[in-house]
Order: sequence, then C-alpha cells, then structure tokens
Amino acid sequence: MVELARRLGGAPKRKSRVSTGISLPVGLFLLAAAAFLVVGSAVSSIFAQQTVAGLAQGAIFGSLALALVLIYRATEVINFAQGEMAMATTYIAYQLTLWGLSYWLAFFLTLGLAFVLGVVVQLLVIRPVQHKSVLAVVIVTIGLFILIDGLVTWKWGADLKFMPAPFGNTVYHVGQVAFSRQDVGTLLVSILSVILLWLLFQFTKLGLAMRAAALRPAAASLVGVRVNWMLAIGWGLAAVLGAVAGLMTEPTVFLQPTMMQAILLYAFAAAVLGGLESPAGAVVGGLALGVFLNLVGQYVGFATAELRLPIAFAVLLVVLLLKPTGLFGRRQVRRV
Amino acid sequence: MRFVPAVVAAVAVALLPFALSGYHQGLASSVAIYFVAILGLNVLTGYTGQISIGHGAFMAIGGYVTAIMSQAHHTNLIATLPLSLAITFVCGVLVGIPALRLSGVYLALATFALAVSVPQLPLKFSKFLGGSNGLQTDHTVSHLWLYGVSWACAAIVFVLAWLLLRGRIGRAFRAVRDSEVAAASSGVSLPIYKTFAFGVSAAFAGVAGSLFVLATNGFAQPNEFGVLLSLKILIGAAVAGFGSLWGVLAGAAFVALLPEISGSVPLIGAAHGQDVVFGLVLILVMLALPNGFAGLVATVERGVKGAIKWRAAAS
Repeated sequence: MVELARRLGGAPKRKSRVSTGISLPVGLFLLAAAAFLVVGSAVSSIFAQQTVAGLAQGAIFGSLALALVLIYRATEVINFAQGEMAMATTYIAYQLTLWGLSYWLAFFLTLGLAFVLGVVVQLLVIRPVQHKSVLAVVIVTIGLFILIDGLVTWKWGADLKFMPAPFGNTVYHVGQVAFSRQDVGTLLVSILSVILLWLLFQFTKLGLAMRAAALRPAAASLVGVRVNWMLAIGWGLAAVLGAVAGLMTEPTVFLQPTMMQAILLYAFAAAVLGGLESPAGAVVGGLALGVFLNLVGQYVGFATAELRLPIAFAVLLVVLLLKPTGLFGRRQVRRV
Repeated sequence: MRFVPAVVAAVAVALLPFALSGYHQGLASSVAIYFVAILGLNVLTGYTGQISIGHGAFMAIGGYVTAIMSQAHHTNLIATLPLSLAITFVCGVLVGIPALRLSGVYLALATFALAVSVPQLPLKFSKFLGGSNGLQTDHTVSHLWLYGVSWACAAIVFVLAWLLLRGRIGRAFRAVRDSEVAAASSGVSLPIYKTFAFGVSAAFAGVAGSLFVLATNGFAQPNEFGVLLSLKILIGAAVAGFGSLWGVLAGAAFVALLPEISGSVPLIGAAHGQDVVFGLVLILVMLALPNGFAGLVATVERGVKGAIKWRAAAS
C-alpha cells in the first residue's frame, strides 16, 4: 500500500486552474452587503458612524493582510513577523519625530527605511531556508517575531509612547453623523497606498517581473527575471505596507510593543477571508471584517470585547467551510 | 538491540531526580510536558501531513478539565489525566471533521483560530471558568511528584504512539500524508484516519495541558494558554523535525530549556535579553537545521552507512 502510494504520489504533479476571479454567489453577496450598509447608514446615524469607523479599522486590517498576501503569493509562506516589523518601523518613525522631524517627513522616511528592513530580512534569514522547507521559513518568521519584540522592548521599553496626531482631532459633521478626521484620514491613506501598489504591479516593468516571479519562478528566470531579487523587493514592499498599517494604528492604541499583535490576527482572518492568493480579496476581507466587527459590537449585546477575536475567527471558519479557499480564492486541482 | 536506547533513556530519567534540586526537577518535568504535546503534533503533522497551530487550545481544554474536576469534585489529580485524554480526544475528532475540508495553509490558519479563540472563552464565561484569574486545583503537588508523573506520562504516550504508528494505522497515516488520492484508491478511508489522527493528537496535547496546569501551581489561567504556547509547540515540532520520535525529545528540551538558559545570558542585562536570545537562537537553529534534529539524525545515519559501505568496498 505504501509502495503504491509512493509510486502514485511521486508522479509529476501539475496545477491546473479551474475558475478565476469572483464567483457569482460571492459577487451577489458582497453587493447585497454593500447595499445593506448604504441603506442602514441612511436610516441611522449611529449605524453610519460605526460603519465609517469600521471601514477605517478595516483599512488597517486590509493593508496588513495585503502585506501577508504579497509574501504568500511569492513564497507560499505566512509571515508571522509582519505585525512586529510594522511595530518596529512605527517606533523608528517615533524616534525620527523625537529628533525633530515633522510627522509627515518622518512618515515617508520611515516607509523608505521599512523597505530596506524588509529587503534585508529576506536576504539575511529567509533566503537561506527558502527552498528547503516551508515550515522552516514559518518558524524563522516566528523567531523574527520574538527577536524584534525583544529588541524593541530593550531599546524603547514597554511603556506607552505618544506620537503627534497625524490628522489632528477635528470632527466633521454631515447631517447628524459625526466623522472623526482621524478615521477618514486612515481610510484614505490606507486605500491610497493599496492603489499605488496596484498601479506598480499592473503598469510597471518591475511589477510585471514581480508577478512573473511569483507565479512561475522557473519560467520567469528563463526569460531573464532575477527571481531572487524580486522576492526580496516583495518583502520590502510588504514591509512598507506594514509600516503604513502600523503608523495608522498608532493614533488609536498608542505606541507599545504589543500594538500590532491583535491587528496581525485580524489581518490573518482578513487575508484568509479574501482567499490568501488574492490582493483584492485581502483588502475587501479587511474592510468587511472591520465593519462587521464594529456593527456586531454595537448591536449584539452578547458580543462583548472578549468575544471580538473569537467572532472574527468564527466568521473566518464559516467562510472557509462554505468556500475552503476563501471568498476570492481559486480552486486548485492537482492531477495525480 | 533495538530497545537499548529506550532502556538507557528510561534508566537515566529514573536516576536523574536524585541529582537535581527541586527547581531543576520542575524544569525537567516541563521538558516531559512539552514532549507529550510535541509528540501529539508530530503524530498529526509528521505522519498524516495535516498541520495545526492550535494545539495550545487543546492543552487549554485539558488543563481546565483537570482544574475543574479537582476544584469542584475533588477528583484525584492522576484520575483527571485519562479524563482529559478522553475529552480532548472527542474535541480533536470534532475539530478534525470540519478540518477534512481544509488543507495546507488554510488548515493551519483555521487551527490558529482555535488557538486564539479558546483562551478568550474563560474571560467571557468567567462565572464558570474563573475569568482572568483562572481556576486552581484543590491542592498543589511537589516537584518530585510532578517529575515522576510527567515522565511516566511521557513514557506511556511514547509507547502508545510507537504501537500506533508501527502497524496498520501508522501505514495508513503515512499513505494519507504521501498522497490522499493514492491512499483512498488503496482502500484507506480518508475521513476516518484523518479525524482519528486529529483526535489522538489532541488527546496527547490535552494530557500535556493537564500536566501543564499542575506545573503552574495548579492554576489554569487563560493567558498561560495564549497564542504563544501554540507557537512554542509548533517551534518544538519544527526543531524536532517530523517523522522521528526521538527528535521530539530534542525539540521539547529546546523549547522548555532555552528560555531558562537565554534568561541567564548577560548580553543585554534586562529581562528582554531573554526574547532577543531566544529569537536569535531559534533563527540560527532553523538556518542550520531546516529539517530539524530528525533531519540531522538522518544525515548522520546516511553518512555513517556511507562510510561503512565505502570501507567495505575499499577493503
């Protein structure tokens, strides 16, 4: 039996794609959800406020989830250190503002440093194990998680730190609905960074090379794409997205070494919700999760703060059981 | 001859407590506790190829079973161990059934969802499960008691795993791991073996959880069973490498003892030095041994056999 299993399993495996993009039921479901949000917001001002706050929160989940998806697509590995890398870069921004830089100057400088950090991490510790074992790479990212946590706590301490507020504390009023400038700014910055990234991937030569390296590494290297460098740049871009998520998280939870740990868990849920392979899915999953959690927290009495994480993961489990590759995921069939 | 290493190990373990202080006996028992949990994960991942990052959740369930039975019903502590074995076996089977639909990274993250969610439940249902303070057993145990019981459990579980994996069931597990389609067409029932493996694996983790509670002065607390515990078991399993029962011992020693050793490294001085050293050593070990100690053992064995053959050919 084992012999037979080995012989059959050893035959060359070929992936063939069955369906692509969004399936009809998922599309209808998302449309219905969007319509529900619009109608609800028109009816109740509390509903509208919670929806906007949820979208802002969800945009943060979405950008970190997108960072996870970028790395997953290229290397089939979940980067457990993504949140801690984001946290570390936020501390760098904090240090820059302490040295007298203005917030936005520090912001953009940090994004550059985050890119370098991501590339260096990939070159130093990921590349050596990359082709040996997926589990080894995952464990290395867990090691990075612990290491970065220790380094940051050693350098800056575990107590709360405060940065200047990026958007001020203004509140806009539209009719009876109050939107904080903070929420709107977070939403805009996150969405803008996602759009910029999409433009990079869709319309530049570098983006094309990166997509090629992720989808068909062997074929890409045959036509002259330097696959290893593309993977390193992918890690860099993921770190930049993480830095955006970290900097946008800071105004709500303030600076502390644990600030991104819960966010990372929500980002996992968002990424799986969207289907792990799909960048659009990660963003939609993040937004949907943010809004859903806020509305459930507002209207369902049983769902207290302790149940926020379990509810997020219950949603994830239900989606996975109905559609095992997430909302936007493609089904992959392996021929034996 | 095959049993020599096992006998030597058993004798060493039996004599060791006489050479150790109480504190070090506690440390040695935590090696045994991680051994049981990592062995459970190894059965699941190494033999059927299903990955789980949620074994901390099963440990939590086992731990709370022990704490509740002891506190509310004054059950003998040793008698709670088979009970938590049985309960977590059922939990594992219940998790294994939906897990049939998932594989690879989706299964990993779904089990991770368990690891995240289960420790939140005592906070929500604090009247029954004690909230963040947790529950305590009706009495605590000595270091020596813990040492004896946890190593006895480790030995029993090791033999159980060995008996299970050497015969028909182990062959079926490996067939499922190597190719599900081929296993199914050879008459191996995928649903039965995959959920059974989940149950066994969870049951081992449950026993480890019960022992874990006894090791923390009889307290079952939500934050002791957090995400980090699940990650530690995964780390231990990766350092151990899959498919070798002996590698598990190295993995268990790694996760149980390294925080102790790294805490005493005066590199940074502060308490945070522990995390820095642990993270650094973990990364270096994975860079050096991407397939864990089992991989190292296999390489050494191949090398020795190769050398013997080469000698024989030369002479």
